[in-house]
Amino acid sequence: MNWDWSAVVDFLPRLLDGLLVTLQVLVLGSLISFSLGLVWAAGFRASSRLVRWPVQAVTEFVRTTPLLVQLFFLFFVLPEWGVQFSAFTTGTIAIGLHYSTYTAQVYRAGIDAVPAGQWEAATALSLPAHRTWFAVILPQALRRVVPALGNYVIAMLKDTPLLAAISVLELLQQSRLESAATFQYTEPLTVVGVAFILIACPASLLVRTLERRLAR
Amino acid sequence: MTAGLWQTWVLPGIWITVQLLVYSAALAAVVAFGVGMARTHCSRLVRVLATVYTEVFRGTSALILMFWLFFVVPPLLGWQLVPMWAAVLALGLSYGAYGAEIVRGALNAVAPAQREAGVALSFTPWQRMRLVVLPQAVPEMLPPFCNLLVELLKGTALVSLLGVGDVSFAAYLVRLATQESAQIYSVILVVYFLIAFVITRSMKALERRTKANLGVVAK
Repeated sequence: MNWDWSAVVDFLPRLLDGLLVTLQVLVLGSLISFSLGLVWAAGFRASSRLVRWPVQAVTEFVRTTPLLVQLFFLFFVLPEWGVQFSAFTTGTIAIGLHYSTYTAQVYRAGIDAVPAGQWEAATALSLPAHRTWFAVILPQALRRVVPALGNYVIAMLKDTPLLAAISVLELLQQSRLESAATFQYTEPLTVVGVAFILIACPASLLVRTLERRLAR
Repeated sequence: MTAGLWQTWVLPGIWITVQLLVYSAALAAVVAFGVGMARTHCSRLVRVLATVYTEVFRGTSALILMFWLFFVVPPLLGWQLVPMWAAVLALGLSYGAYGAEIVRGALNAVAPAQREAGVALSFTPWQRMRLVVLPQAVPEMLPPFCNLLVELLKGTALVSLLGVGDVSFAAYLVRLATQESAQIYSVILVVYFLIAFVITRSMKALERRTKANLGVVAK
């Protein structure tokens, strides 16, 4: 067992670069998944079966297949179809799309939890559909779903290393590059693993506190 | 895609994926029940250790744990894991930590009076767990376990990055051989979807069975 602190120090600049990319993917991916999830959730409630069933089928399919294979699918197949994206963009879209199928379920549960009386009141006031959604239902539903969404952001953080497979320079890929350059395998990978725990544990504590506070 | 590619790569790949799923699900179940029950243990030390375990393994990424077990542990300890077993270990340990939370939640959801009745009948703690608490807690665990099993199936795709020849790795090889991505990757996605479908269906059936044993009518 030999641990070399100087290897850790040498790795720090790359670690920061990787952390920056990981956080960028996380923020952009979250934004995609939050907004796309809302679209899916609206699709679940559509009155026409022609909308409802395809949306359910697509989200179910995306949710039960591995993110890694979806990443490769987008990375290899999109260029065949003539769409050229950078690895970073492809990865962010893939992770956002994958998690949007989870957030859709979260939104659905949140919307279902809004009491039926609220819908009836909106009908009684003859509010137009967009006012019913944006002024009555969503403000009540979104408040309930914040902790669950937070949990999925943490889950997304833990899935960002998958982007190393399509050569996005995030934390894991940076540690692999460092190992390839210096032949130090132990330190970079361990530092990255610890970094993930150090980010994820306080974040999950934060979400739990939020949960308790909103439940009151 | 020719039949030869199916026989040499894709079908064995599916078999490896199923094996990985079974082995790591077994390990995860052992970890989940062990750690989950430890989190309801009366000794404070046991509870703290179990909590630290779940927090650490839930905090880390399964892929990084896998790489770590495969690349860092051998030089540190001087022995090497076969990629397949490094993968099973990583998946089992990290998904076991998620499972432990499910077990703990279900155990805590059993009415306290049931536990007290066990005490009143002077059951040993183990008899109480085995005869009173677990039979009522297990049906509650099955729906979240079903979701976790599908997550685990998706997690098995990560092993292809260690060079284990699972179905995702087969897709990569077929892609290199045929120079076509859309076809093989669509097929592989459907394969995963079908395995997940079989998992959810059989877990639903299992849930009905265990609930029927308790005399509760499943929805």
